[in-house]
Amino acid sequence: METFIHQVVAGIATGGVYASMALALVMIYQSTHHINFAQGELAMFATYMSWTLINAGVSYWLAFTCTILLAFALGVLIQRIIIRPVENAPVLNIVVVFIGLLVILNSIAGWVFTYTIKSFPSPFPKEPPFGLHFISSHELGSIGVTFVLLLLLFSFFKFTPLGLAMRAAAQNPDSSRLVGIRVGWMLALGWGLAAAIGSVAGMMIAPVVFLDPNMMSGILLYAFAAALVGGIDSPGGAVLGGFIVGILENILGAYVIGTELKLSVALVLIIVVLTIKPAGLFGKVIVSRV
Amino acid sequence: MSSNLSSHEKAIPWIWLILGLLGACALPFFISNYHVFQLSMVLTYAIALVGLNILIGYSGQISLGHGAFLAIGAYTTAILMDKADMPYWMTIPIAAAVCLVVGFLFGLPALRLEGHYLALATFALAVALPQLLKFKHLEFLTGGVQGIVIMKPEAPWETLFGLKLNADRWLYFFTLAVTVVMFVIGWNLIRGRVGRALIAIRDQPIAAASMGIDTPLYKSLAFGVSAMFTGVAGALSAILVAFVAPDSFTVFLSITLMVGMVIGGVTSLPGALYGALFIQFIPNIADQISKAAPWAIYGTMLILFMYTMPTGIAGLFRLIGQKLRPTHP
Amino acid sequence: MKKRQFTLTALCLSIAAFAMPASAQKKYDPGASDTEIKIGQTMPYSGPASAYGVIGKVQAAFFKQLNEQGGVNGRKINFISLDDGYSPPKTVEMIRRLVEQDEVLLLMGTLGTPPNSAIHKYVNTKKVPHMFLATGASKWNDPQNFPWTIGFNPNYNSEGKLYGQHILATKPNAKIAVLVQNDDYGKDYFNGFKEGLGAKAASMIVAQASYEVTDPTIDSQIVTLKGSGADTFFNITTPKFAAQAIRKIDDVGWKPTHYLNQVSASVGSVLKPAGLDKSVGLISMLYIKDGSDAKWDNDPTMKDFKALIKKYTPEVSVDDGNATFGYATAQMMVHVLKQAGDNLTRENIMKQAANIKDFQVPMVLPGVLASTSPTDFALFQTMQLVKFDGKNWVDFGKPVAVK
Repeated sequence: METFIHQVVAGIATGGVYASMALALVMIYQSTHHINFAQGELAMFATYMSWTLINAGVSYWLAFTCTILLAFALGVLIQRIIIRPVENAPVLNIVVVFIGLLVILNSIAGWVFTYTIKSFPSPFPKEPPFGLHFISSHELGSIGVTFVLLLLLFSFFKFTPLGLAMRAAAQNPDSSRLVGIRVGWMLALGWGLAAAIGSVAGMMIAPVVFLDPNMMSGILLYAFAAALVGGIDSPGGAVLGGFIVGILENILGAYVIGTELKLSVALVLIIVVLTIKPAGLFGKVIVSRV
Repeated sequence: MSSNLSSHEKAIPWIWLILGLLGACALPFFISNYHVFQLSMVLTYAIALVGLNILIGYSGQISLGHGAFLAIGAYTTAILMDKADMPYWMTIPIAAAVCLVVGFLFGLPALRLEGHYLALATFALAVALPQLLKFKHLEFLTGGVQGIVIMKPEAPWETLFGLKLNADRWLYFFTLAVTVVMFVIGWNLIRGRVGRALIAIRDQPIAAASMGIDTPLYKSLAFGVSAMFTGVAGALSAILVAFVAPDSFTVFLSITLMVGMVIGGVTSLPGALYGALFIQFIPNIADQISKAAPWAIYGTMLILFMYTMPTGIAGLFRLIGQKLRPTHP
Repeated sequence: MKKRQFTLTALCLSIAAFAMPASAQKKYDPGASDTEIKIGQTMPYSGPASAYGVIGKVQAAFFKQLNEQGGVNGRKINFISLDDGYSPPKTVEMIRRLVEQDEVLLLMGTLGTPPNSAIHKYVNTKKVPHMFLATGASKWNDPQNFPWTIGFNPNYNSEGKLYGQHILATKPNAKIAVLVQNDDYGKDYFNGFKEGLGAKAASMIVAQASYEVTDPTIDSQIVTLKGSGADTFFNITTPKFAAQAIRKIDDVGWKPTHYLNQVSASVGSVLKPAGLDKSVGLISMLYIKDGSDAKWDNDPTMKDFKALIKKYTPEVSVDDGNATFGYATAQMMVHVLKQAGDNLTRENIMKQAANIKDFQVPMVLPGVLASTSPTDFALFQTMQLVKFDGKNWVDFGKPVAVK
């Protein structure tokens, strides 16, 4: 029984990792209606920027803040310079550009920082919370950070005029232009915010999995799955999706199918969920009249 | 992205096709065996890209997991050659049939999903398949993590029309023949009822359904046929490389196929060939340009291609052809 | 008449006598000449195994420096290392290019079991020396069927067997948990381990879990293994996951006797990120000197190594086990080339490689000698059991035979 609880809690911890990346994916989707495959590499790159700052002697929280700002700027720049020329191109062309971006970021990170793993500091205390061994303080803290991000994101989109403008720009760019929304800058803003969220996710993930250029490749698939399971347009759904995926993966691996097939079975289950609820658990089903 | 089937596809430049085929047949006698091997691999990629094209270009669905069908085709061939001692040429139609069925079965539930969800489902397939191949209870078949080593076939004759044949050249001709057959099948499919139905479903799904086209059936069929093409490509590549292992079929392979298709030109048969040349040779060229970060060069080229050739290489050639053709009043 | 015949014959013989030694002395196969020796290699510089690319980098630097110092027997080494991304089809393509287009004399240190499996038959058919593979799979030691292939690493199977035997000898009632990477390397170690435990394997191994290299964490596996109540743990993971495992085991408050496979025994790449304090008590085996160990600070080859890194590849850490591994392989290669002298045919190179008599590779632990014979291509017969004390790996016991 204790092991079972432990597995569930460990699943929540890993799920927190997926949830934070899923939030970045939701962000980019809500503001641009594209799923950015390069999101993971952007987050990884931002985390390396943070690592460089910390290694140069900068204090953790200062480096943390600087990284968020740097990541935001990087996101905006990438959107304005690289994505803008293909904004109106067919979806597949945009996907290829994303893949190109992914490969470039990964390769440059490997070249500059090498592929050897590096440890990344955690702002949370080293002792486990309340002396329990189920979860580390860092993992608990990361989940907290994820919820804070979720709250910020949710309020931003729901309650601020800027958030509304961004959602409008993504859903209906032409009408948005007619009401005076600068669609181009909304998209850039979306990218910047997604990159910033990704950088926070990266800085929370790196202490757990160790920093290396391929850090995000395993996580992105689960984050993608989490975002879709929860509903790609629902930040809350994405976070919940992350936890579900994390717990599911652990329980399946430990009790149902064994670790040799847990990846396959977890993914099959996710697809089954999507077949039953195509818009995800909390997504809005869009009914279009013919 | 609606392709105008009648205008350019009607005017098949037969002369170019025949010249091209003759050139392709003469080529192996002028270049080294290593290059012949590389070109054979290009042909297999071209077949796979035709398959992907049928699914993504003509039928409007998406797949980020076609590497899985390369794997299924390759392993079918490897298992049959290794465990059942079947001659290599006999394994090709079997691999095709297996993939047709698997693709169709996968397409059935998958067509309930659209866009991103279908992308995830296919992506999941690509990720899960290597794990399945390593599964210990299937090890007696798949060789598990060690993979399967195949005996590379020898040429059946010493010379062909007085020119020396060796294993590489023979396999090249074999691959070329299969490629031509597959392209002809693809051509007929696209031009015929199936192709028109697929395009209708892609462009105007609701109108197509109301006109009596069995949308779910055609979509699943598209998946199956697409998988079949890719499976044949996988089978051929297994024979050429003479080795299969789970590590040969990573997620990146599936992504590479998709990239190749877009770069070559969606909804275009010659595009499959251009895309195949791209994915085979550009990484090598990128490596020559920069040893430190070759994939950064590759990524940059991807982006530049998308800026300058949004309709792919085939699209570019089409544009050039149109400009060169005398304008009719 | 007779005199003329005699003079003519004597003249011919003497000319022949002059000419023959010259041609008997220098024999070249493709890739070798008076001025250069071409060596080919494939290495994963990209993709999931890219952390091992350091090996190729260090070897390239080694040969570059060697060339600047005059090369081997006056010949420069032209080292061509190509990226195969750990993908067997790519390996086949690159090796074919090296053999058929670049015409290298031999292949050195190609990395990974699947990539090497893909080219195993090809290089033996083409009779190209396939030397000092960077993998410990047992199948490379098969001179009967694959006379052109010779491995480098002490093989994984034997190392696993030794740990199993050690547990039998020191802790016969142990309850063992194992974490295995789900690929050939993991399976090789695990099979050897089970062999070492013999008949008691089934009863002693109370839990096992596996993971894929694409998995983000192995936390769930560690939780399961702890929950089995095991008091001994065999860790068959590659560096990144080994570091995660060491840390997680400490975090969950589990304190088993922890055996760590040699591949992940690097202080710099694994123990430091995991936490040196969390690594106390780890048991492993070593055969190569560790760059972070202060006891080698005045060792000449270690000094040379650190200088090389500083000058040519400063982004590489001297603590990285991959770096010292690459250096050791290069040293072994140079020894064989020196032994071959001017007879640089592929056959002679393999002959030299098959007859290494107790050679101490400078970067390898003193006392661990390299020996081969025409019937046994396993290079290193012994490894040293070591335990981590919080700062360094400390020897315990005598070097053990790894057969």
